[in-house]
Amino acid sequence: MTAADLTAATDDHHDEHHHGPFIAHHFDTPMQQFDSGKLGIWLFLTTEILFFSGLFCAYTLYRYHHPEIFVDASEFLDKILGGANTIVLLFSSLTMAWAVRAAQLGQNKLAGRLILVTMVCAALFLGIKAVEYSHKWDLNIWVISKYNFNADFVPPAPEGAVARALGISQWLVNLSIIPAILFSGFLIGGFVYRGMGNKVVSSFFFGLAIMMSGYFLGAIAGQMYQNSIHEHHDAAHTAAHIPLDHGPAQAADAVTRPQAIGIFFSIYYCMTGLHAIHVMAGMAFLSWLYYRSLRLHWRPDYFGPVDYVGLYWHVVDLIWIYLFPLLYLIK
Amino acid sequence: MANHQHSDHHDSESFAHPISVKLLLGVFISLVSLTILTILVNDLSLGQLDIWVALVIATIKASLVCLFFMHMYWEKGVNVVAFFSSLLFITLFIGITLMDTSAYRDSKDAFRNTLDLPVPVVTPPVSSTE
Repeated sequence: MTAADLTAATDDHHDEHHHGPFIAHHFDTPMQQFDSGKLGIWLFLTTEILFFSGLFCAYTLYRYHHPEIFVDASEFLDKILGGANTIVLLFSSLTMAWAVRAAQLGQNKLAGRLILVTMVCAALFLGIKAVEYSHKWDLNIWVISKYNFNADFVPPAPEGAVARALGISQWLVNLSIIPAILFSGFLIGGFVYRGMGNKVVSSFFFGLAIMMSGYFLGAIAGQMYQNSIHEHHDAAHTAAHIPLDHGPAQAADAVTRPQAIGIFFSIYYCMTGLHAIHVMAGMAFLSWLYYRSLRLHWRPDYFGPVDYVGLYWHVVDLIWIYLFPLLYLIK
Repeated sequence: MANHQHSDHHDSESFAHPISVKLLLGVFISLVSLTILTILVNDLSLGQLDIWVALVIATIKASLVCLFFMHMYWEKGVNVVAFFSSLLFITLFIGITLMDTSAYRDSKDAFRNTLDLPVPVVTPPVSSTE
């Protein structure tokens, strides 16, 4: 496998004074190219951390001044779903790091499969996230301007035929429209290219379809879990709020509290939303890596892109490692 | 040319550092264990300590990811310094913001009074949880 790749790649190179097929003309050696890329990606990741730090600053500030709001609001977050997502992301980090190893050894097929598993995990993460978001929207929890929770509030019955038939949140159905379109598109693309006899591109499209199926796996599993705990969950919401509305000592506070919980959720939506956007961007980069793995591009002196995207993916994981305890594990 | 290619090959051996699968799996298992630990510790009520324990565990997890998954253990110093410089600036950013945050309390309360709204009682962190 490795030897065959290398021969194929070396045969490719023309009479340029350079060595590998992928080395840009302004670099002397593959190592110089690799190190430049590495410095570049580390600098980019530094800016990413700084980008998120604004939200962490908002979080610190509000938690420092209003710890009680965070305690109340985190009643609405499910540790099990958050924990499951943490483990999905950690697993995707493992497969990503393993894919880097495979690329370094020139094992293109293994690298491709591991990258595909990483892509599926990314979609699975978003599927579970979609269940969490849609459940909050069912409870009418939005950002501060629209949030007005009270103990008598009954979540509106989900409307729409699918929701009624399956007992799933209508918001989740709405959120799943784009993934469903993508899934069918990728599937059709895979069959069309297979019909044309283009094996690499058809495998690429089928891979993307497998990735999107990860979203539905996460959404269905998450919704099943959500339904199973639904009654217990509702009880918890009520229990969390009765003392707030009836505590005589906090009459003044009760006026401002419901809106103030919205502050937590504004921060929550911004932090997890920005993180989810990074996961989606990661899926796009990973798809590119998957395509190049199918083209057998990786060799011991050329695996930079896998390494760089891997570093980005680990930073996405790093941010979630902090978001999980900060948002879900408040007591 | 043959010579040149040979030297390339030598280069490639020096910059690809494949990590053993065993190490990768070991790091993953530690990360999952730490995740379960942090959820379990959260169920014990440690009061004010909760957040610090959670953050320490998160930092251990982050270090494992950085050191091994991100190859920082074998990384060049300049890249590590570049990356961790972000922490310095975050510390400054959050620290200075926190120092400044009470500075506007008087004018904020004055503004609130003009709106004729009840001034919220600033409750100490623990009392309002019950």
